[in-house]
Amino acid sequence: MSGRDAILGAVRRSLKRAAGDAAALAAVEARLDTRERGPVPARAQIDAKARVDLFQAMAEEHSATLTRVAVAQDVPGAVATYLKKHNLPQRLRAAPDPEIDALPWDTQSLLTVERGRAEASDETSLTGAFAGIAETGTLMLLSGEAAPTTLNFLPDTHIVMIKASQVVGPYEDAWDLVRAKHGPGELPRTVNFITGPSRTADIEQTIQLGAHGPRRLHIVLVEDGPGEESEDGTGDGA
Amino acid sequence: MPQDSPLESAYAPARVGLFVTCLVDAMRPSVGFAAVKLLEDAGCAVEVPRAQTCCGQPAYNSGDRADSQALARQTIEAFEGFDYVVAPSGSCAAMIREHYPALLAEDPAWSARAQHVAARTYELTSFLTDVRGVSALAARFEGTVTYHDGCSGLRELGVREQPRQLLASVRGLTLNEMRDSDVCCGFGGTFCVKFSDISNTMVSDKIDGIAKSGARTLLAGDLGCLLNMAGKLKRTGVPVEARHVAEVLAEMTDDPAIGEAAKD
Amino acid sequence: MRSIAHSFKDNAKAALADPQLRRALDNIKTGFITKRAAAAARLPEFEALRDAARDIKNHTLDHLDLYLERYAENVQAGGGHVHWCATAEDARAAVLEICRRAGAKTVTKGKSMISEEIALNDYLEANGITPVETDLGEYIIQLRHEPPSHIIAPAVHLTKDAIEADFRKAHPQFPKDRPLSEPRHLVDEARQVLRSRFLAADVGITGANFLIAETGSSVIVTNEGNGDLTQVIPKVHIVVASLEKVIPNLYDLSTILRVLARSATGQEFTTYTTVSSGPKRPEDPDGPEEYHVILLDNGRSRMLGGEFREVLRCIRCGACMNHCPVYHAIGGHAYGWVYPGPIGAVLTPGLLGVEEAGALPNASTFCGRCESVCPMRIPLPKLMRHWREREFERHLTPAPVRYGLAAWAFLARRPALYHWLLGLEMRVLGALGRRKGRFAWLPFAGGWTRHRDFPAPQGRTFQSLWAERKTGGAP
Repeated sequence: MSGRDAILGAVRRSLKRAAGDAAALAAVEARLDTRERGPVPARAQIDAKARVDLFQAMAEEHSATLTRVAVAQDVPGAVATYLKKHNLPQRLRAAPDPEIDALPWDTQSLLTVERGRAEASDETSLTGAFAGIAETGTLMLLSGEAAPTTLNFLPDTHIVMIKASQVVGPYEDAWDLVRAKHGPGELPRTVNFITGPSRTADIEQTIQLGAHGPRRLHIVLVEDGPGEESEDGTGDGA
Repeated sequence: MPQDSPLESAYAPARVGLFVTCLVDAMRPSVGFAAVKLLEDAGCAVEVPRAQTCCGQPAYNSGDRADSQALARQTIEAFEGFDYVVAPSGSCAAMIREHYPALLAEDPAWSARAQHVAARTYELTSFLTDVRGVSALAARFEGTVTYHDGCSGLRELGVREQPRQLLASVRGLTLNEMRDSDVCCGFGGTFCVKFSDISNTMVSDKIDGIAKSGARTLLAGDLGCLLNMAGKLKRTGVPVEARHVAEVLAEMTDDPAIGEAAKD
Repeated sequence: MRSIAHSFKDNAKAALADPQLRRALDNIKTGFITKRAAAAARLPEFEALRDAARDIKNHTLDHLDLYLERYAENVQAGGGHVHWCATAEDARAAVLEICRRAGAKTVTKGKSMISEEIALNDYLEANGITPVETDLGEYIIQLRHEPPSHIIAPAVHLTKDAIEADFRKAHPQFPKDRPLSEPRHLVDEARQVLRSRFLAADVGITGANFLIAETGSSVIVTNEGNGDLTQVIPKVHIVVASLEKVIPNLYDLSTILRVLARSATGQEFTTYTTVSSGPKRPEDPDGPEEYHVILLDNGRSRMLGGEFREVLRCIRCGACMNHCPVYHAIGGHAYGWVYPGPIGAVLTPGLLGVEEAGALPNASTFCGRCESVCPMRIPLPKLMRHWREREFERHLTPAPVRYGLAAWAFLARRPALYHWLLGLEMRVLGALGRRKGRFAWLPFAGGWTRHRDFPAPQGRTFQSLWAERKTGGAP
């Protein structure tokens, strides 16, 4: 007997059920199809403007920093200013993302931008994000052709650009966007939820930032006006 | 049913069976008389069934189901005729209220009887406030006290504000909360002898908090915890006396405190 | 990991006598508890979320076979491999085979309790493969050749001075006079040392906090980012996870995550939550080429069938031990195996047998603080009591306790005899203790009087005084 059959057999014996029990299978199918939401915190069910404010407040509470810019064209300048302020080299490893490519990098003559996955020597990365989650100030990043995962973890400083219209209330809304993009039951290889920079409290319960992942997480938020689903943020997850 | 609308029955005469608890019966009968006084002052007719001994926790917590079931049946039989069962102990009241129904759930002859008695069983201070609507007492006690929350009463029965509310009405009394009043004192029935060294660390922490509260009197609603803490206070020479909360609430504090020498 | 749960009493005694351990344990008594309480208070829906989280796991456990099948199908559809392992031996062998096929010399590891349960590190080392723990706490205890003492803070039993001494010994490549006394220095040094290990590893092994049936994904939750570096850099990613980690879908994940971090560390959300679904896709610039899941049973299917099923809801947040006064007194190592504290007291006898670990469920006052904070509402005291019942049924309870109980129960079931004898006994004890009010020593009460005095009884029993009052005598 295979390991699989032995284990499933033992599980079924404990559940006192035979394989192919139609009622049990129906219960499982129903559960997977209906995808009912659990209790969604009221704090996450708010309108678009409040979502962005909460996203910022929660991200900052988790030791991320956040700069707002009016339009995407302002991102290169904001990035250069951030690097200068923190005395970091004017050099970036950026995700090979057409949206990032399209930014006016030539306005920052001192800044060198390389594309691709992270190398050990990269000090700062720049990536986009799939969504921001206001509930806890969390970024949601999906891996893919334009989004190498190593950029999120190897460099000392991770800069993320995100549009205000990408900020949703609760986690569930972010999952709905993923489903809409990838189809039900399908996910990219990696979904990263990132809430602030890397940290540890393993030594005497004192919190230290920058354990293994980035020491700094900086968010550049593009205030691109109300997003398409932002007119009614209050009905989400009811 | 009286327990459905407790406050409505506040001034109705109620027949209360006092579950003395084996520890009060053996070690400190004055607590039992204090409980009787408090109950009678709250308009209850108090009776003390002779057929009671122990709620069965020592057996129950040692995994001895047969003996704990036998004691549960004995206790149920002795108390099922009363309007209420009241115990000066959160631990014993929780045993009857929370655990008897589970213990006898499989016994068709006893399951309903267990639930009947369980639903009528209360810890003393919560019975006074929640069922009898007592919000103030006429007692006087000069001194600063601190209150230890017994684990079963606190977490199984939700007894926390009730004794404090009653203590707040005692003239002359100041309550200084200790740190971690809700943390176990390390008694745990047979635990304190089976794991004597661990229990000692726990009760040492507890009396450190008691000493630092600045209170001169330690109160609690469970004699088991009190014997443990008083024994440690005495052993280490911390000048805090220990009493059951009922003694102070009933203004019956003439007897020496727990572990104190008789005043002759 | 070899169990020393059978010598619990001796382990506890040694722990109580260790002053450094006592200092280290003081840190958890305050930090974790205050932070959890604040996080719970800040979220009005917290109690409703606990109910929902419990219900999700109950539903999943009731249909575990079907969710496991669905999960495994989806892993395979995504290009991953599931290795069904009934025992720890099967799991170790499966990991080794994957490592050998990959030609692995070193493997990096994220924190995994299942890896501890199957004693993976010793096994890999014995087979010529170097495992490198990358969670800071796990790294520290690996240097010390110690097991973790806490499921989310493995080195919580150590002070920074002890860690400094370990680092000075283990990292001779750095100048002797470097500053290393502060947590910041220690974290930076570990970061530097482990960075090259991440880059050099051939295989990365992580645990899983959850497995998602709907998508065939594994989920890890970390603060350091070590788990992500472990799984994204090497060619091969191995997930070691036990059966009960599976949950239906991504909404369920969201619900449970809302209680996990808050219960564990009091954080609103853990820094990194990563959902992984298989190996690198053709268009991906990075990621592992192979993705394997070691799906371990090791006794869980058996526990599913009996009165201990509820313990399989556990999400390993550590709240029960953070709030346990017994854990605060003795720390995690005394429990003698992988899982300390109240969860260990229930799980360890289930996985290793009550003969080995019977002392653990006895070492509790049933104070109930664990159950009051468990995000999955596992009735831990009730389950510990069930183990005591098993012990009693099998006559594993020590003879003096059994005889003592039998004699006491004999009397307690005969009220008339009981009251008469007790009345007599208390008169004697009361008279003996009257002068001092207490006893410093009593026969057969050494467990009590070793550490505390025994207060003397007042002398008469309540029942005898009550009888007098009823018949008109003075009380």
